[in-house]
Parts: sequence; C-alpha cells; structure tokens
Amino acid sequence: MTVELQSNDFIALADIALRNPDLQHAVGAGTRGGYASRAEAMFAHGNEHGEFMRRQAAEAKRRALRQLPDLLEMAERNLLANGWGVEWAEDARQANQLVLDIAARHGVRTITKSKSMLSEELGVNHVMEAAGLRVVETDLGEYIIQLNNETPSHIVAPVMHKTKDEIRDIFIRELGMAPTDDAEVMVAFARKMLREDFLKADMGISGANFLIAETGSIGLVMNEGNGRMCTSMPRLHIALVGIEKIVETVEDYATLTQVLPRSSTGQSLTVYTNILNGPARSDEDDGPEHAYVILVDNGRSEIYGTKYADALACIRCGACQNACPVYRSTGGHAYGWVYGGPIGAVLTPLFVGLENAAPLPHASSLCGSCKQVCPVDIDLPRMLLDLRWDQVRKGQSNVDWDAAMKMWAIGMTSPTRFALGGKAARAGQAIMGEYMPGLLGNWSKHRDFPDFAPKPFRQLWKERPNVRA
Amino acid sequence: MALPERESPIGKRASLFVTCIVDMIYPGTGMSVVDILEHVGVEVDFLPDQTCCAQPAFNSGYRDEARTVARHFFKTFKDAEVIVTPSGSCAAMLRHEYPHLFKPEDDDAYEQAQRIASITWEFSEFLVDGLGIANLDLTLPAKQSFAIHDACHGLRGLGLGGAARELIAHLGNAELAELNECEVCCGFGGLFSLKMPELSNAMLQNKVKNIIAADADTIVTGDVSCLTQMNGGLSRGKSPKRVLHLADVLAQALPGGRS
Ligand code: SF4
Repeated sequence: MTVELQSNDFIALADIALRNPDLQHAVGAGTRGGYASRAEAMFAHGNEHGEFMRRQAAEAKRRALRQLPDLLEMAERNLLANGWGVEWAEDARQANQLVLDIAARHGVRTITKSKSMLSEELGVNHVMEAAGLRVVETDLGEYIIQLNNETPSHIVAPVMHKTKDEIRDIFIRELGMAPTDDAEVMVAFARKMLREDFLKADMGISGANFLIAETGSIGLVMNEGNGRMCTSMPRLHIALVGIEKIVETVEDYATLTQVLPRSSTGQSLTVYTNILNGPARSDEDDGPEHAYVILVDNGRSEIYGTKYADALACIRCGACQNACPVYRSTGGHAYGWVYGGPIGAVLTPLFVGLENAAPLPHASSLCGSCKQVCPVDIDLPRMLLDLRWDQVRKGQSNVDWDAAMKMWAIGMTSPTRFALGGKAARAGQAIMGEYMPGLLGNWSKHRDFPDFAPKPFRQLWKERPNVRA
Repeated sequence: MALPERESPIGKRASLFVTCIVDMIYPGTGMSVVDILEHVGVEVDFLPDQTCCAQPAFNSGYRDEARTVARHFFKTFKDAEVIVTPSGSCAAMLRHEYPHLFKPEDDDAYEQAQRIASITWEFSEFLVDGLGIANLDLTLPAKQSFAIHDACHGLRGLGLGGAARELIAHLGNAELAELNECEVCCGFGGLFSLKMPELSNAMLQNKVKNIIAADADTIVTGDVSCLTQMNGGLSRGKSPKRVLHLADVLAQALPGGRS
C-alpha cells in the first residue's frame, strides 16, 4: 500500500489513535520497552562508554555527510568494480521506473522484499503490483502490515501499533491460520507461508542501512533471516539506497553498528550483520546472478543545502520514536506519511513541503527526549523550532496567533502594560470563572486553572517590610 | 553547545527573575525563593521593569517578537550581577536560546545575550552548583514524603536533576520516594497544551496516573508551568495529591514558616 499524504490532518488522526485502546496498549508497551532496553544496552558498560559510542557514531556520519558528493562518486566506482549495476534516481517516479525496467529485462514475476523505509517513501510495492508483479514483504512485521493493507507505523517495528490478538486475527482472516494464542506457533506459521514465496521469487528487493564507499558494499543489519534470503536466493537483487546512507569506511560501518542495534532493539549486535559485495563471483555457489544499487535522491540533496542538513545523519533507529511522549500516545500513522515521531515531524515537512505538513512541527512539547536518545545526536527539537520559525517567516502561520503574538510582545515590553494585562486577566477570570474563552478553553477542557493571585509578586515585593538584615 | 565560562556567583547580589507566571499566579513561590536565598545569606533584589523571558513567542516560531521582548530583558537586567530564576524552562531560554537569537553584527544585543546567558542560574542549581549549598540546615515541622518530577528543560536543557533531590534529601523530616517515569514530560509544552489539547491531556493523564501511584504525599518540581498542568489534572481528577515548587517546600521548613 502506498502512503497517502495526510500530515495536515495530524490532530484528527491523533484523536483517532487516542481513542483506540488496542493501539494505546500496544504502542505504549512497545515504545516503553524499546526505550528501556535501549538505555540498558547503550550504557551496559557505563555512561562514559555509551556517550563515547554516540560521539563516535555522530562523527562518522557527519564526516560522511560533509564529503557526500565525493563519497558518492567513490562508492559508484567501487560498486561497479564489485560487479553491481549502479543507477541513480532523482525522485520516486524514476526509482520505480528503474526497478520496473530491471524486472522486465530479467523476466521477473515474483519479488520478495526485506524491510526498507525508503521503499515506503517511493511506494514501490504499489507500482510493482500495478504492473502485474507479485511483491511479498518478508520481514515478519512488514508481512503482517502487507496482509492487513496498512503501512508501517514505526521505523523499526512496523506493526508496533497492533496487539498480539489483532495479529492473530489477521492471520486467521487472511491466511486461514488455525486459531492459536501461542506467538511461536504464529511465527512458525508465517515462516512456512513465506518459505514458499522465497522459493518462487526471481528478484529480491532490499534497502540498505549503510552504503560503504571505500569498498563498494551495502551494509545490512537484521534479526530475521529473511533479509539474507531476499538478497541471496533469487537470481536478481536490487538494493534501494538513499544517498544519505553513505559512510566512508568499513570501520565507520562497524562504529555505526555499535549504536544502531543498541538504540533500536536494545541489542549489542543484531542477529545478522551483513556486508554485501554484489553478485555471486564465478567461483561462488550462492548469491544473485545480477545485483543492482539504485541510489535515490528523492528530496535529499535539497535538504543537504539547508539548515536541516543534519537530519540526513539519521540512521533510522527509531529511538526517538520510542522516547517521544507524543509518539507514545499516537503511534506513527497519525503523522500522515512514511515517518512518524520526532524524526518524522522533521523529515516530513522537508520532504513533502511545510505547507503540506503544517501541524507536524507543533506535534511536540519540546521535551528534548528525542535529542537525548538519538545515537547520532541530531538536535531534533531545534529543527522543530526552526520549522516553526519558517512557517511564521513564510506567512504560513495561523493569523490569530500572529495577532496574539504581536499584542503579547507589546504587552511584554512595558512593565505597566504587563501589570495591566495581569489585572485584566484577573478580572476576566473573576467574570468567566472556570470557562475560559476561545483557545484558552482548550485548557479548561481537561484541567483546572489556578486563580490569579490577588496581588502579583511585584506588589508583594513593594509592600514587603524592609526587615532584611 | 559551549557556554561562556561561568563565574562563581558566590558573594554577589542575586537579581530575581521571578517569571511572568510566578508574578501573576504564584507570587508566594517568588517570596519563598527570596526567603530561601536570604536564609543562605544572599542579597536579593527585584528589578520591577521585568516581564517575560520571551519563551512563548520563541517556541512558537515568532522570533522577531521574541527578540523584541529579549531586548526589553537586556535593558531591565543590564546591571545585574547574577540572575536567579525559579523556572528551568525560563533559565534554559536565557541560557541556551538568547545567544542564538542575535548575531554578532546585531549592535550590542549579541554581547548582552551572551552575558545574560553566562550569569543566569536556575534556583536549585544556583544553591547547589553555584553556591555549593545542598544542606540548608532546615527541618520540616512534620514528616512528609516527596517525589521529584524532573521538568524537561531543567533536566535535559540545563542538565539539572541532582540539585533538587539533594536539597530535599538534606531537609529534616523529608523522605524521598520514587516517581515512575519522573523524567517524562507532563504534556504542558507551553502553547502545545492549547494547540494540541487532547495530546497534551493524554500525556498529562499518564503523569497523573504515575503521581497517584507514587509513594509520596507531594510531588516537587522546579517549573511552575509544569506544576500548573499537573495540578490542573490532579484537581480535575479529584486527586488530593499536589505538586509544589521546590522553593515552597523548602520555605515550609524556615523558622516561623514563610514570611
Ligand atoms: S533521528 Fe536519531 S533517534 Fe531518531 S531515528 Fe534517526 S537516528 Fe534514530
């Protein structure tokens, strides 16, 4: 299913999520579990060690981004030398066309896919299916999402928003599974279904966690064997790679794989940590006959030139989602596009246009938890503040707020007007009581408001008997 | 980010930035701050021209308005030696945001911003880190149990967290209890609470649930805005528990109570 852009409906979508008890339960538990295991894994060898790993990872990504154009050229050279086909796509349409062309050239009918957020951005599945190809998601979470005709709600745990019972019901409804409450039985059942597809597939599509420039390889980390099967069993493999995935060296890859699993799943290492070097060599039994890397821009180089460039350092670990009290309350779908949570609130406006994701920069209390957990130290709250500022500068802010802020600034630049404002508020409260007008009514809907003091501090200070020694 | 080296505030006159909310709604908290500071021998003054730190405008993207109000702040506090404020979020605004609001080529505002940032202290931080006083040598009139809610800007913006706990731990007759998810936002977030009231409330209800479950009579925090949010939810939910500002808790232990 392709994501339909609905980010301007964030508030309404969040309300729906808030009223969904299953989602509340599943996302509440999933995010808190992820948050706790991340802290444990990152700081298992002490705070200093954890902070050191973060700093190292942040530097590796920043160094790569600083040299982005050069490293991309280096990567292309080395990918080609390894026997990869290399293609460049400016946008989703081009990327999808490239995949279609490759599939057509090789007579592909069935595609197995391992998890890739970029493919969600591109809407690959939709395009392939429209062309009559069969696409099977093989990551267990993605498989469930696909069965239920949904999109992932979390970067790392796509089906976080569903309870175990809901997943069981999907398997029963869509695949005729015999009823069971045993998660292991459910997983085994899904495995069996997937096995048949693995055997049939003529092409595998994967994403890439990293693109290693100096060796021309793809770094892929995963916990299910599905990724290996997608990239090695079919005769064809396509890796969809965002251009920001670049790192310079294998060492950098090692540095980043220290923080990625720790931050996302609380593991010191994922079950599989792969370095893929292209198609099978003539003396190798396993591996695809042909392997392609499609380097996708899709808005990234535009972000690269702005004050938001640092957002390209994101390694899609999902830690900021787990830490965010807003995401904990809504899950990812409320954000109305591919990426939810703090990183989604930053990336979505940058990718789809600020005017098409106007509420997202405000979907945060600026509590700072996202920044605290980010393994590559992206200052997400500052970016949210900058996006809000951009809205005001571009005349995209709410006119009522514009007027209110102008009035406020006038009030706050004079102690007399400030005191008058306080008096007016007191008087207003005396008349209105609990029920505040307009936007302020949004306060009193769920919470009581304290009384304004009969005398403000400035007056108490003046009246204070001067007994200070 | 590198802040200008902080000079020790010991022996200097403390200028109270009481904040707009304390001024209008919680003036008693302002008095508690004054009493505690005087208790430890600090000379306090209050500059009556002060208004607000500009946070509401800054946080909602109105940087021109924020700059205007910040300039008023510079004018008011131009002679202050040390600024103490009973709010982590206002302190974070002065310390972290003012220096970014102006550019070196902006007349003297840039310098003023750096100066204000370098002399501003949050109340608990001022006592513990600035003056080195964690033990106020005070005892509450009766046994009470407390738990701390770490307000976001104090905790993650200023790196506080320890100071309030230390002050309470040294208070006679005070017991410290745990508050589950004490580091998680209460959902206030300034105008967030008005722009996204349902989400703000969902976060609040989570906090209220944890407060009710905590083994403490009173929750202590360092920001009156978070306190307003939490008490608003507790009172609406008919819970007898309340959140108090740290300064008000400490002032209860002053001889003869608060002046
Ligand atoms: S912004 Fe940071 S914490 Fe969030 S997904 Fe990206 S790398 Fe992880």
